[in-house]
Amino acid sequence: MIETGRFLIKQISVFSENRPGRLAAIAKALEEENINILAFSIAEADGFGVVRTLVDKPKKAYEKLTGLGFNVAFTDVIAVQMRDAPGGLYEIAKMLGDGQINIEYSYAYSGKEGAVLILRVDNADQAVRLISSRGATLLESRVFQ
Amino acid sequence: MFWNEKIETLKKRDIEALQLKRLKRTVAQVQNVEFYRKKLQEAGIRPGEIKTIDDIRRVPFTKKQDLRDGYPFGFFAVPLSKVVRIHTTSGTTGKPTVVGYTKNDLETWAELIARNLTMVGLKAGDVFQNMVNYGMFTGGLGFHYGAEKIGLTVIPSATGNTKRQIEMIQDFGVTAIHCTPSYAMHLAEVAEEMHAGLPTLKTGLFGAEPWSDSMRKELERRLGVTAYDSYGLSELFGPGVAFECRERNGLHIWHDCYLVEIIDPVTGEVVADGERGELVVTPLAKEAMPLLRYRTGDITMKLEDDCLCGRARKIARITGRSDDMLVIRGINVFPSQIEHVLLKIPEVGNQFMVYVDRINHLDEMTIEVEINRSYFSGELQDLARIQKKVVKELRDALELRTTVRLVEPGTLPRFEGKAKRVVDRRGEA
Repeated sequence: MIETGRFLIKQISVFSENRPGRLAAIAKALEEENINILAFSIAEADGFGVVRTLVDKPKKAYEKLTGLGFNVAFTDVIAVQMRDAPGGLYEIAKMLGDGQINIEYSYAYSGKEGAVLILRVDNADQAVRLISSRGATLLESRVFQ
Repeated sequence: MFWNEKIETLKKRDIEALQLKRLKRTVAQVQNVEFYRKKLQEAGIRPGEIKTIDDIRRVPFTKKQDLRDGYPFGFFAVPLSKVVRIHTTSGTTGKPTVVGYTKNDLETWAELIARNLTMVGLKAGDVFQNMVNYGMFTGGLGFHYGAEKIGLTVIPSATGNTKRQIEMIQDFGVTAIHCTPSYAMHLAEVAEEMHAGLPTLKTGLFGAEPWSDSMRKELERRLGVTAYDSYGLSELFGPGVAFECRERNGLHIWHDCYLVEIIDPVTGEVVADGERGELVVTPLAKEAMPLLRYRTGDITMKLEDDCLCGRARKIARITGRSDDMLVIRGINVFPSQIEHVLLKIPEVGNQFMVYVDRINHLDEMTIEVEINRSYFSGELQDLARIQKKVVKELRDALELRTTVRLVEPGTLPRFEGKAKRVVDRRGEA
């Protein structure tokens, strides 16, 4: 049995009103603490949104943003390495689909680890086991944090 | 406990006799005011013609605008040399309304505050922090002199610097506070942020704006006080006109000093006891500025039940103002109803703002409310669920579809004086 905990990465989720300057305020705060943003996305609903970021120092980011009055929560996500070539996303997405893993949301980046798919799934433990058993590479949280 | 037991427990017949005597005197006094001389003449009423209390119904109403038109001293019935104090109302637009007091007026006013404070159980030995504006607003000095009169240890802390206010409550062992309910809520928030306990507090007197019973529960839980509603308006001296007793089931209005009518705000007709309408008051013990049938704009009703405390008949707590009342797509909405709904939803805060617009000839009401910090899971769908819940609860209570905007915690304005939570933009386009 594979120990799944080390693959759970702490994403910072920040509640934000949908108005100019909010992202800048968040980014500035992180800069001030010398926190690097590895990946991020914005999800928006009716008048508000959630800024999701993967940072190198999540605890520090949480404290800084909370101290400034932001409403912040940690969310566990996992990161899967993809082939940085046509068909790379398809391989991973098909694997998850075949394994009946439902994706709540996802975003991706291409960096020194190659192409990486960040996933929020309903059952992270199950997803980690499935992805490992099918031979794909999961990135451990220590790669980022 | 009574401050003036004889007057406070007068039998109905004795009160009415006293009221009639004082009403006659008031009608005579207003002859010194040109506005009333004309008004009464036009209505064909000679001062001597007031024979019963009900004769008051022949007298035309006095409106807030009349007082504004009389700026500055047009409603004074005594020479300025007899006026020892001037206050102005917290006026919204244009010139403020000026109110004046003779020495006797200040004495009467302090007497009423003394009755109220004694009624809720305060006495010498209590330490009283008066956290309202001490300037032109009547709330500061009004309470101050009444509180000194009954021997409380008074801290005239006025408004602002909430952290300092909390430190004083702690350091001076304050047992009773007076402020607006919205400031009390802010005080509770700041105390919680500071992790400051307020163990000596036991009594909270809240007034100057309408507040709901759910807000009472919230304030009592968070501040550890028993909360009492205080009612007054500058035109009738200021605070102290009516107050809750320990039964906390309606406001005792002081019948020896105020003649009460409840009218339909649209037709001006007097409504039946137990029916809601606008409070109209004829003060019976004012010298500098007597008024006849003053339209307060506040919505209440006469309660029919006697009170266990032995004092005279009460009026209901104020549920709104006839001029705060919003008519949205033909439905009457009071901001207090919105507050009531929000207080029942733990996922959102208690502060709110209401914006009313007219879009495609339709009234649209938008309510901004803060998300409660501890209910943020990080998931968008949970936020959307909270938003839907607020919309639904508001629709159930108001019978009205509204737009709800979730905003970040701590971003909505906090009000220290009277809260201005409604922005009606329908006239702008």
